[in-house]
Amino acid sequence: MTTLINILILLFVPFLAMGVIKKTKAFWAGRKGAPLLQPLYDFLRLMKKETVYSTTTSWVFKLAPVINFAAIIFASLFVPLIKGYAILNIPFAFIVFSYILGLGKFFSLIAALDTGSSFEGMGASREACFSTIVEPAFFIVMASVVALTKITSFENLKYILYNSGIYGILIVVLAVLALFIMLLVEGCRVPVDDPNTHLELTMIHEVMILDNSGFDLGLIVWGSTIKMFLLEALIASLIIPSNIPFIAYITAFLAIIFLISVIIGTIESSIARFRMTHVFEFIFIMSIMALLILTLTTYRIYGI
Amino acid sequence: MNWIITENNKKIDALSIPTITIEELREDLKALKLRPIGFFGKQEFENVRLYVVLADDKKGKIHISSVLFKPDVKSYNSLTKDFPQLHNFEREFYEDFKIEPKNHPWLKPLRNNQKDYPFFVMQGEDIHEVAVGPIHAGIIEPGHFRFMCQGEKIYNLEIMLGYQHRNVEKLMLNPNNRLAESICGDSVVGYNMAFSEGMEALSDTVISKRACLIRRIALEMERIAIHIGDMGAISGDMAYLMGANVFATTRTLVINTMLEISGSRFARGLIDVGGVNFDIDNEMASKIKTMLNEVLEIVHRCAKIMLKKPSCISRMEQTGTVSKETALSLGAVGMAARSCAIGLDSRFDFKDKYYTKYSTAKKLEETGDVFARFKLRYKEIIQSIQFINYFLDELKNNKEEIKTTPNDLSANSFVVSITEGWRGEIVHCIITGVNSEIIRYKIKDPSFNNWYMLSMAVRNNGISDFPLCNKSFNLSYCGCDL
Repeated sequence: MTTLINILILLFVPFLAMGVIKKTKAFWAGRKGAPLLQPLYDFLRLMKKETVYSTTTSWVFKLAPVINFAAIIFASLFVPLIKGYAILNIPFAFIVFSYILGLGKFFSLIAALDTGSSFEGMGASREACFSTIVEPAFFIVMASVVALTKITSFENLKYILYNSGIYGILIVVLAVLALFIMLLVEGCRVPVDDPNTHLELTMIHEVMILDNSGFDLGLIVWGSTIKMFLLEALIASLIIPSNIPFIAYITAFLAIIFLISVIIGTIESSIARFRMTHVFEFIFIMSIMALLILTLTTYRIYGI
Repeated sequence: MNWIITENNKKIDALSIPTITIEELREDLKALKLRPIGFFGKQEFENVRLYVVLADDKKGKIHISSVLFKPDVKSYNSLTKDFPQLHNFEREFYEDFKIEPKNHPWLKPLRNNQKDYPFFVMQGEDIHEVAVGPIHAGIIEPGHFRFMCQGEKIYNLEIMLGYQHRNVEKLMLNPNNRLAESICGDSVVGYNMAFSEGMEALSDTVISKRACLIRRIALEMERIAIHIGDMGAISGDMAYLMGANVFATTRTLVINTMLEISGSRFARGLIDVGGVNFDIDNEMASKIKTMLNEVLEIVHRCAKIMLKKPSCISRMEQTGTVSKETALSLGAVGMAARSCAIGLDSRFDFKDKYYTKYSTAKKLEETGDVFARFKLRYKEIIQSIQFINYFLDELKNNKEEIKTTPNDLSANSFVVSITEGWRGEIVHCIITGVNSEIIRYKIKDPSFNNWYMLSMAVRNNGISDFPLCNKSFNLSYCGCDL
């Protein structure tokens, strides 16, 4: 039953979360905005379209969207959704999670290089660069959580806030902030990237998929929507206590997911994007959070 | 006398323009230290006559002279090395008349023969080349940009234009082609005014004060509309949605009022030789005033928020900086020059009495970066709104006709007509022949001088900042391509 609900959530909530971001932006701009499910309609429209391949590309370009999507779906199996249960519960899930996503990203990077376009190479180099900084920070956060809870699967997330006293609260606050920065980077949102821009020279993620079309593009869009949702779900798991009733859990879970979407939409409406060189400084904030979490964990385990 | 001295929109006898040699021209350019605003040839039987028009901005005078090239002379020593402002003018002259400026450092095609364009190439392991355009994302004009980058840093940007070359100067020879307002679609009023005032000067037509005022109201409204649009576009390029949305809607208020006045949102058909086609009555005048008050309030509020917002300031400050020295040596004009503390504004330099009556204060910025150009636009919007309010008050007590029938053109005449469009000075030089027909029509858009500023502005900046720099100049492709 839980598994079934998890799958249903995975299918529909990511599009809704994206719709909420767009609705929030429309609200701040004083517009009515597109329907909440517009991202889903867009996706369905793309699925019906023909895929066009550039003559300069090879099999890598055709394979990459599928691998990328499969990797994201596979990674999503490890993420705790309802009641903190993941569909697949294995030890050290965060390592598998990270590297499966890494595999998907690797393929999207080489597919971008495969097109031979100077824009896409530039986008790939930016994306690779940002991921390199994000990854160690994510590992430090997750490893600290493992050390603290002595549980190695993603289920450990729900135990920190309520079982580690003041340290637990501090760590959760820092971890939420760190994961939120990671969400902005991986989801390509303002202030890191501008999902609405038409200017190839300033894009990061969007420029890598300029040559993709139709079904492939649909997979990529769906994949990145799910990826954002997974990170939101990790944040939700950190906050919600697991011993509340089922209905209450679902409500709280969805509330947090949509709240994060509203926050992202509000940030996008209220500040300008960072200059590319300042994005690094912004991502390093995540590394600082991670190191603080590590310090707090060490205090908690070994004392002074 | 090597030079004949005249004023803006003042007809002179074309035959009285002195002829000097190219070496005399070089010496005179050194001695006079004036700014070239015209450098163009004209076929004269088998000879080619090169007209040189210099602007004395301090005194508001125009100096004109000419150099005659006999058919056997196929080259001369380039002037660009001594006067870099002339580099584009010499390229243009070479392209039109095949008289080669020897030792010109950058003798590449300007508008024609773009197929084998010799791009500047940098070599090295980390250098990569990025080609953008001529088809761009979004609805903008065609132009090709070639970047030489190391990583994210731009070393050199080369701009190749000419995709919209329509042979405008030939088409303008027939004054019945009312084409002036279509040369550059975002400076409809500016171009049409330069054309009309030039034609009126050539035909000794005196137009009413009322028509002059309405023209200037339209010119300032165009400035306001485009500046607001650009402020919105700059906000959009740095992903600041509030600014993009607010400025876009505010611009609509201005151009819709223009629609009410003239039936066209860009004031097409408003200005004509002999006056204007549409009047502004008292009811319309009060409507315009109410609209401008509203616009002023919105622009104040939005710009004040943006000028205080750290994320906006950090994005604009020290992005795309052009130093005053560079701008001077490139011969920058108009708004882009004023953002580098160069006080060039032909409304005040050439003493347009309708403006100087109220104010002679040019708006300037010091820093020469995107932020300076943003702030300058804000200042100019406020100034233009003040001017329109003065003009509207003056219009109230004036009951003159808005249009007179123009006289015939005079024969063998030469006139230089300068109008300060929102981008900068628009220069039209018109020469008539023996039978009062137009034999040469020369247009210089401010973008002609300023495109190189963009190249200099993005040097050593991140390539991701290029769109922002580009938008902050918002130069014209078709104005340069003609």
